Amino acid sequence: MPEPTWTEATVAVKKTVPDGLWTQCPECEETIFRKSLEANLMVCPKCDHHLRISARRRIEQLLDPGTFEPLDADMSPMDPLGFVDQKPYIDRLRETQRKSGEIDGVQTGTGFIKGRKLVVGVMDFTFMAGSMGSVVGERLTRCIEHATDHSLPLVIVSCSGGARMQESGFSLMQMAKTSAALARFDDSGGLYISVLADPTTGGVTASYAMLGDVIFAEPKALIGFAGPRVIQQTIRQALPEGFQTAEFLEKAGFVDRIVHRSALRTEISRIIDYSGK
Amino acid sequence: MSAVQILDFEQPIAEIERQISVLEGRPDASAIADEIRTLHETRSSLLSKTYGSLTPWQTVRVARHPQRPQTLDYVQMICRDWCELHGDRRHGDDPAIVTGFGRIGSIKCLVVGHQKGRDTKERLACHFGCAHPEGYRKALLKMKLAEKFRLPIVTLIDTPGAYPGIGAEQRGQAESIAVNLREMSRLRVPVICIVIGEGGSGGALGIGVGDRVAMLQNSWYSVISPEGCAAILWKEANEKTNNLAANALSLTATHNLRNGLIDDVIPEPVGGAHRNPKAMAEAIQHYVVDRVRELQRIDPDTLVRKRYEKFRAIASVK
Ligand SMILES: [Zn+2]
Repeated sequence: MPEPTWTEATVAVKKTVPDGLWTQCPECEETIFRKSLEANLMVCPKCDHHLRISARRRIEQLLDPGTFEPLDADMSPMDPLGFVDQKPYIDRLRETQRKSGEIDGVQTGTGFIKGRKLVVGVMDFTFMAGSMGSVVGERLTRCIEHATDHSLPLVIVSCSGGARMQESGFSLMQMAKTSAALARFDDSGGLYISVLADPTTGGVTASYAMLGDVIFAEPKALIGFAGPRVIQQTIRQALPEGFQTAEFLEKAGFVDRIVHRSALRTEISRIIDYSGK
Repeated sequence: MSAVQILDFEQPIAEIERQISVLEGRPDASAIADEIRTLHETRSSLLSKTYGSLTPWQTVRVARHPQRPQTLDYVQMICRDWCELHGDRRHGDDPAIVTGFGRIGSIKCLVVGHQKGRDTKERLACHFGCAHPEGYRKALLKMKLAEKFRLPIVTLIDTPGAYPGIGAEQRGQAESIAVNLREMSRLRVPVICIVIGEGGSGGALGIGVGDRVAMLQNSWYSVISPEGCAAILWKEANEKTNNLAANALSLTATHNLRNGLIDDVIPEPVGGAHRNPKAMAEAIQHYVVDRVRELQRIDPDTLVRKRYEKFRAIASVK
């Protein structure tokens, strides 16, 4: 047996949606009129596939219109290690920032869902595969602390390939930092709903994503610690059908409910009401 | 211990050692004593020079040296009255993480550490130090017990990473690590974490949230292994790209200290911990005893707050 080397899960950036009048469903390949796809919350009307969406679109879908107030919106990443692979990290950042119009891979703030005030953090898979570096960790920690200080319910939507390699140890420590902030939030009696969207893997799953008081997952979302490729290389056998899907996780006991995107607002509201927050 | 296995970059040292043993074996060895002494001096200066300027990738190789002391070796050398505790009371007993009570110097404590295994059979059983969820859950269960007994906790980190497998995923590898991160942050007893070999990402951090986090001089600690990083960012892991990735990841003890990600570096004996396990064990014992004494003077509320603030401060943003 070769020495297994754990590697942060990597997920190919393939299922993002190109702009244009028409969009092809990455699952059933049906060509769909963009406007009707958007009206359907970016869920394929033919096969019900939940397409990956940006953090901004998620917030638009989730919150009552016009209620979002961002926190720490101008926080930007640095390059603490002067990381260079085939391209300098700083160049990758600038390029991604220019293309996406975003500073980093997360949006945080306060808002309302069906009239209930809450704090939200939403990861952005369109920004460097939703990887978690210092900005993601710091903004999420601050929004957890904001929820703690103001006794507000907290919803984090995870969608990430894992920790951001280019910040190495800094990224790794964001796992400890966010989890420690959640311990304090928990001590204060706060309600945390974790929503797992496709994909949620690596260091994000192994920290705040799996620490929800209640954990929701979107149908068929890929959720795991190690990426399927890494597992396959290690064990050298075929993975079972449906391995690491939301449904697999629910059956294994690690997801409370699989929630269709169209029901997310209602389901979050119900939990908030049951929690008495 | 059997003869020290030589790493490729140690070949010049091995060559001198070969010469020494040839000369020492000669019948006229006493007549050439001066020559032999000179060779010994050359050897030790070359050894300290080599180990004083290891590249990050060479450091990784030393950290993985097959004869590098592991948790149970240190336990044997520094713990009196060792009382191992098995199992997570849920699924099983993962040998990749050992837990137990012991006395280090004057201190009663809980020791938690990764174990890679010595011989082939043990290595396979330990999955080469890659723990399953039940390993992390066992660690937490025993840490909660230590908290109840008001005993300090010492964790020894040495893993390439948490095990990537079907059962591990099915039983919640991510959840088990996440819960440890959250719970370790609020343990009301002193927690000392020492990376003794490999600090492979989440699998390492899963027993790595403490009041003092130290690394042995030739250990590594990073978000991903150099090979994993090379395979993704350079599309292929080979000697060259592993070198580049190891450099880029800033994974050495010195780098991590400079970046404020750890608190201390514990120096190793010349030529690495595997050349003098006893001296290494003594250094670890001193470190643990000193730090635990310091931390035991702090009341639990302050201890937990300071631990929070330590990790809270880690960010590179503007
Ligand atoms: Zn479709």
